[in-house]
Amino acid sequence: MYPWIWRHLPGPIPVKAMVALALVAAVVLLLFYVVFPWAITWVPGQDVSVDAS
Amino acid sequence: MIARATDTYACVVTTGDRMRGVVGVIGEVLITAGLVVGLFAVYTLFWTGVETANQQDALEEQFEALSSGDVQGPAGPDAAEQDTPEPEENDEAPVAERQPLPGDAFARMRIPRLGESWSWIVVSGVDLGSLTAGPGHYPDSASPGEIGNFAVAGHRATYGEPFAYLDTLQVGDEIFVERGGREYRYLVTESFITVPSDTGVLLPVPGQPGIVADEASLTLTTCHPRWGSTERLIVHGELAGSTKVPSAQNQASGVGEEAVA
Repeated sequence: MYPWIWRHLPGPIPVKAMVALALVAAVVLLLFYVVFPWAITWVPGQDVSVDAS
Repeated sequence: MIARATDTYACVVTTGDRMRGVVGVIGEVLITAGLVVGLFAVYTLFWTGVETANQQDALEEQFEALSSGDVQGPAGPDAAEQDTPEPEENDEAPVAERQPLPGDAFARMRIPRLGESWSWIVVSGVDLGSLTAGPGHYPDSASPGEIGNFAVAGHRATYGEPFAYLDTLQVGDEIFVERGGREYRYLVTESFITVPSDTGVLLPVPGQPGIVADEASLTLTTCHPRWGSTERLIVHGELAGSTKVPSAQNQASGVGEEAVA
């Protein structure tokens, strides 16, 4: 998987490294701002109010 | 001269090579999954707190503006005499301020038992979104100081965990709530654990349906156990007095004289 991605990154090695870092950053941002806020609703302890339902 | 691995693959691809490739990919996926789970732990335990702290900073400014802008006290028949002056030359002040939107700064709460620096802006609303910013006021419950039940829900874990140690409150402990230029002093009367559907704790007279309130009480709710959702921890208190908050500038220097409500 990772060797395949590396082979398909453009440019010489320094450019590849920069693009790879940018990809990692994009994935982390996606996780922190989209995936995790959605996933945390399943973490126990998020229900703090009393509710008839 | 060393042949590049890709050249080798290009020439002869054995079954062993294929197996190694497949196992390698599975390994990468597992390592990646491990990293993602680790990041999720960082997010849950640390990053939610950072986000909440940022929102509290913004809410603090909003609350200061609200206080200096002379927001009217509790809507409806209020316990404390309206000693705040009429909003003069403030024709821009929206009437809708009586009905704050979910997530708006609503009050400031201090509980000395939880630490001298324990001070949170309570927001309006108890939906999940509002509660990420801080403790939330049940919209249908009374306002601070008002006759009836002023009810607040808050996180006990994650999102800055304002109510993490709510279980350490003892009968007689002080809870201060500031809104509309006054700071109301409640004293804890009881603390217990109940089921999640026990909405009776929010009644004007907690636990007593159909009774018309003649006192101002307070209710705090959070999850129990701390990292669970199976029960709720409830703290009740009753109003013991209120003081006028001097003004935005010197309110950090302490409270004024005590008045009995």
